[in-house]
Amino acid sequence: MKAYIVRRLFQAIAVCLAISMISFFLLFLNSDPALLLLPPEAEIEDIQIFKKSMGLDRPVLIQYLDFLKKILLHGDFGNSFVSQTPALTLVMERIPATLNLSLLAVLLANALAIPMGIISAVKRYTVIDNLITFLALVGQAMPLYWFGIMLIIIFGVFLGWLPISGSDSFAHMILPSITLSAWLLPVNMRLVRSGMLDVLNQDYIRTARAKGLFERTVIIKHAFKNAMIPMVTVTGMQLSLLLGGAVVTETVFAWPGLGRLAVESIRMGDYPVVQAIVVFFALCVVIGNLLADILTAFIDPRIRLE
Amino acid sequence: MNSETIMTVPHVNYKKPSSKLKVFRKIWDLKLGVIGGLILTGMLICAVAAPFVAPFNPYEQDIMKRLLPPSFLEGGSAEHLLGTDSVGRDTLSRIIYGTRISLTVGISAVLIQVVIGVFLGLFAGYYGGKTDSAISFMVNVMMGFPFILFAMSLVAVIGPSLQNIIFALGITGWPVFTRVTRVETIKIKESEFVLCAKTLAFGTMRILLKHILPNLLPTILVLGTVEIARAIIRESLLSFLGLGIQPPTPSWGMMLAEGRDYMLSEWWLAALPGFAIFLSALGINFLGDAIRDLVDPHMRKS
Repeated sequence: MKAYIVRRLFQAIAVCLAISMISFFLLFLNSDPALLLLPPEAEIEDIQIFKKSMGLDRPVLIQYLDFLKKILLHGDFGNSFVSQTPALTLVMERIPATLNLSLLAVLLANALAIPMGIISAVKRYTVIDNLITFLALVGQAMPLYWFGIMLIIIFGVFLGWLPISGSDSFAHMILPSITLSAWLLPVNMRLVRSGMLDVLNQDYIRTARAKGLFERTVIIKHAFKNAMIPMVTVTGMQLSLLLGGAVVTETVFAWPGLGRLAVESIRMGDYPVVQAIVVFFALCVVIGNLLADILTAFIDPRIRLE
Repeated sequence: MNSETIMTVPHVNYKKPSSKLKVFRKIWDLKLGVIGGLILTGMLICAVAAPFVAPFNPYEQDIMKRLLPPSFLEGGSAEHLLGTDSVGRDTLSRIIYGTRISLTVGISAVLIQVVIGVFLGLFAGYYGGKTDSAISFMVNVMMGFPFILFAMSLVAVIGPSLQNIIFALGITGWPVFTRVTRVETIKIKESEFVLCAKTLAFGTMRILLKHILPNLLPTILVLGTVEIARAIIRESLLSFLGLGIQPPTPSWGMMLAEGRDYMLSEWWLAALPGFAIFLSALGINFLGDAIRDLVDPHMRKS
C-alpha cells in the first residue's frame, strides 16, 4: 500500500511538472513571446529593453527553470500585465466563487444522477430505463453554454423569476449551478447505471437475495455500496470536466470565478494569470486523481493486491 | 453470463430482461440511429450544396430588414423563415452555411485525433514496458489539462483561423483514442493469430497495421463518430468565446455569441444556432450508438 502511494505520488508530481512545462512553452510556440506581450506598434529598441527586463533574452530552458523556481519557492507567477497585481493573488481571490458554484452543481447533479442511475439499472430495458438513458444522451449532446442561455431566456427574460448574471445573492447561483450540474448529470448517471449493472450480476447479490433480504436492502446496502467504488475513481477524473464546465458557465452568467478570469486573461494575453490558472487547475485535477486512487485502493482490497 | 443463473431466485424478474423488452429496446435504438443518420445526411447535403439549399447569400446585409423575427412568430415574414440578424443577414442561410464549418472542423479534427491517438495506443499496448509508461504518462498529462483552457490558450497564441482551430482540437483530443486502442491492443496481442504472425517473423509494423488494427476498427469507428459530435460542440464553444472562426464567416458558435447580445429581446438569435449545434451533436450521437450496437453487441453502452 505504501509503495503504491509513493509510486502514484511520483507520477502526480511528474504530471504537474509536465503541465507547468507545457503552459510555459505555449508562449514560445509563436517564436517570440515579446511580440505577443507587447502592442504591435512597439519599436525595436523597446522590444529589446522589454526582453532584457523580463529576462526573455536568456536561453529558453534557463527561463523555464527560473519560472519553476519562482513558483516553487515563492508561489510567484509574476504580475498580471493588466492589473500589475501578483497573478497568484488574482487567482486566489476567485477561488471561493468557483468553489461555491462547483459544490452546489456537484450536489445537485449527484442528487439526481444517483437515483436515476440506480432506477435505470434495476429496471433495465423498461420504459423508464429507456427514458432515462435517452435523456442522458440528449443531455450529452447539449452545448453547455446554449443550455445556460436558454435558461436565461426562459427563467430570466420570459418568466422573470431569477436574476441572469452577477453574484450578489443565492438566487444568482441557481441558474449557473443548474447549468453546470446539467453538464455532469448525464456522465454521472451513466456511471452509476453501468456500475450498478456490473454489481447486480455478482454472486454476492444473489446470496443477499437468497438470505431473504428486502429488495431495497439488497439494492442500497449490497449493490450500491459496491457500485460506488468505480465511481470514486472517476470522480477524480471528473474534476477536469467540472473545471472545464466552470469556465463556460461562468462566462455565460458573468460569474466572478476562476473560469471567467481564465477567459478574460486569455483574451487579453495576460499570460502570467493564464499560467497561474493552468497550473492551479492541473494541481486540482492531479491531486483529485491521486486522492481518488488512494481512496479506491483503501476501500477495495482487490486493487492493492495487483 | 450469470444473469441466467440469477433467474432461479424468485421475484427478481428484472434481472434477466424479457426478450420482448430487449426487442423493443433494439427497435428503439435502431430508430434513433436512423434519425441520426438522416440528420447527418441533411447536414452533409447542406454543407455540400449550401449555395443551392440556402435561400439567401449568408453575407448579404440588408439594414432595412434587420432583426426580423422567424416566420412562426408574430411579425415574421415568410421570406425569411428563421428571421434576420442585427445587420439583416438571413439566419436560415447562415445556419445552412454554418454546417460547412462545423463538419469540416469536426471531421478533420477527429482525423488528427485518430491518427495520433491510435498510433500511440497501438505502440503502448503492443510494446508495453517503458514505451507504455511513457505514452501513458503523456495521456495523464493531457488529461490533467482542462481541455478548454489548453485549446483556448493554444488558439490565442497561434491565432484564430480554421486550420489552427482544427489543429488545436486535434492536438488536445487524442488521449481518448490512445486509451481505448491501448487496452484493446493489450487484449488482442496475446491471441493466436498475432502469435502466429510473430512466429512467421512478420515485421512489427505489419502485425500492428494488418493484424491488430483491423480488429480495432469497429471500436475506433464508434468512438470517432461520437468524437465528431464533441469536436463540433468544442469548435462552436471556441467561436462562442471569440477564439474560433472569425466574423463574418458563418459559424454556429459565433452566431450564438452575436445573438447573445440580443437575448433580452430577440431571443431566437441565440436560440436557433444553438439548436442547430444541439441537433447535429444529437444526431451524430444517435448514429454512433446505433453503429455500436450493429458492430458489437457486447460493447453496448451501459
